[in-house]
Amino acid sequence: MEPALTLTGVGKSFTMHLQGGTRIPVVENVTFSVAPGECVVLGGPSGVGKSSLLKIVYGNYRCDHGAVLVRDGAVAVDVATALPRRLLRLRKTRLAYVSQFLRVIPRVAAIDLVIQAAVDFGVDRDEAAGRARALLSRLNVPERLWTLAPSTFSGGEQQRVNIARGFVADHDVLLLDEPTASLDAVNRAAVVELVDAKKRRGTAILGIFHDEDVRDRVADRIVDVTRFAAAA
Amino acid sequence: MSAEAFLTAEDLLTAEGLLAADDLPLLRVEGLTRYYGHRVGCEDVSFDLYAGEVLAVVGESGSGKSTLLSLLAAHLAPDAGQISYRMRDGVLRDILSLGEAERRFLMRTDWGFVHQDPSRGLRMGVSAGANVGERLMAVGQRHYGQIRGTALDWLGRVEIDGDRIDDAPRAFSGGMRQRLQIARNLVTHPRLVFMDEPTGGLDVSVQARLLDLLRGLVADLGLSVIIVTHDLAVARLLSHRLMVMRQGRVIETGLTDQVLDDPREPYTQLLVSSVLQV
Repeated sequence: MEPALTLTGVGKSFTMHLQGGTRIPVVENVTFSVAPGECVVLGGPSGVGKSSLLKIVYGNYRCDHGAVLVRDGAVAVDVATALPRRLLRLRKTRLAYVSQFLRVIPRVAAIDLVIQAAVDFGVDRDEAAGRARALLSRLNVPERLWTLAPSTFSGGEQQRVNIARGFVADHDVLLLDEPTASLDAVNRAAVVELVDAKKRRGTAILGIFHDEDVRDRVADRIVDVTRFAAAA
Repeated sequence: MSAEAFLTAEDLLTAEGLLAADDLPLLRVEGLTRYYGHRVGCEDVSFDLYAGEVLAVVGESGSGKSTLLSLLAAHLAPDAGQISYRMRDGVLRDILSLGEAERRFLMRTDWGFVHQDPSRGLRMGVSAGANVGERLMAVGQRHYGQIRGTALDWLGRVEIDGDRIDDAPRAFSGGMRQRLQIARNLVTHPRLVFMDEPTGGLDVSVQARLLDLLRGLVADLGLSVIIVTHDLAVARLLSHRLMVMRQGRVIETGLTDQVLDDPREPYTQLLVSSVLQV
C-alpha cells in the first residue's frame, strides 16, 4: 500500500539571531514513512527532536532540507515546499495535529470548539454536534463543562477537549504530541481506543507517547529519533 | 501498480481544472512603493491574496503597515507599483486606473474598511439602523421596510440588541460601535475587507468577543481580509498568512503559525520573543 506520509532526507536547524546567531541543529536526514492504518511512534529521550519533527511534518516549523510528502488523493503534496494556501488546504482535508496545549480564542464554549473542528473539515453542523457530544462523553469531560470556555479547565480537561478536536474529523494523517501526558488511567485507555478506531478506518498516525503502557498498546513500529540526531 | 495508473486523463484534467480555478488571485499587488519626501513609507511590496484568505500585516509603529493599507484601499496614491483586483465578472482590473466614480462604487459595495476608531467609519449622529442601511442604499436598495429588516438582521449578527436600532452610535460603548462598524461594512456582502487594528482601542474583555465574532463572520461569508495589527495574538487567532514589515519593507512572509513559531529573520525573532506571556 502507498504510504500516507513519507519523510525523505529531512533536516532542520534553528538560528537564534538574538543569541549571537547560535545555530542549534535539530535533526538530519530523517527518512521513514507511515502507511494508512499504521501507528508509528517516535522514540528517544526528551530533547532529541521528536516534537520538532511533528511540527515539521505539520508545516508549523520550516523544513530546511528534504521532503515531507503527504498523500492527497492522486497526488503527494510536499509540506516543505508547498505554498501557504496549498498547505492550509492539506491541513483542512488530510493532515491534523493534536498539540500538547489548547490554543483557542478565549470565551468560546468547549463543545463549539469541537464542533467547529468538524465543520472546518466539511462535516455538516448537526452531524458535527453529534460527533462532538459523543467524543466529549467518551473522554469523560463532564457535560456541565461543555458550554463553558476551556480556559478555566484543568490541564487534563483541556487536553481532552484538544483530543476531541483532533479526532472529531476524518483526516488521513493524524499527528499526536503526547496526547495522554496529563490523563489518568481511565482516560488513557479511552485515548488508546480512539487511536485503535482511527487505525481501523485507515488513518495513518504519527505520535509521541511517553507512557510506556500506552505506547506498547498503540505502536505498530517505533522510529528512534536518536539515529537522526544532527551533529552540532 | 500505483493508484495513479488507474486515473484517466479526464480525472487528471478535472483535478487540474479545479486547481486552476483556485489559482486565480482576488488581489494582486506588485512593487507597491510610496515615499514621504525622502522617507520611505512603503517600498516594493508584492503579494497575492486569494478568496477566503486572511492576511495579517504586522510590524511596529513606522514599519509602513498603515501606509500599505492606505495604498491598498486607494486612500493614498502610490509612487510606483500596481494593484489588480478580480471584479465579480472575473476580470482582473488595474485599480489605480479606475475612474473615481468606479472606484468609489467598488469601495461602497465590494470592499469594506474597518477603522480602528469606529467614529471614522460610522456616522455618529444618525441611528444604528441608518448607518447599516446607508450602504444598502448605495447599492440601489430603496424599499424602506426591506432596508430596515436587513439592518435589523445585521445588528443581530453582530450581537447588538434590535431595540437599539434607532439609537445613534454616540450612545454606544466602544465595543458596540466597533461591531456596528463591522455590520455597516458587511451588509453589502463585500468580498474584500481591510481592517486597521480592529480590536485596538477596546478593553481586553471586549476584544475576545469581537475576535470570536470576526472569525465566525469571516469564515461564514468566505471573506478575504487584509488586517493590519501590531498585536501578534490577534494575528495568530484571525489570520492564515502573515507579512512582517520593517522600515517600509516586507522582511518575512509565510503561514501565520510558521512565522510565529519558527521565525527566521532577526527582527521577527525579536518581535515574537518580546511578547509578554500571561
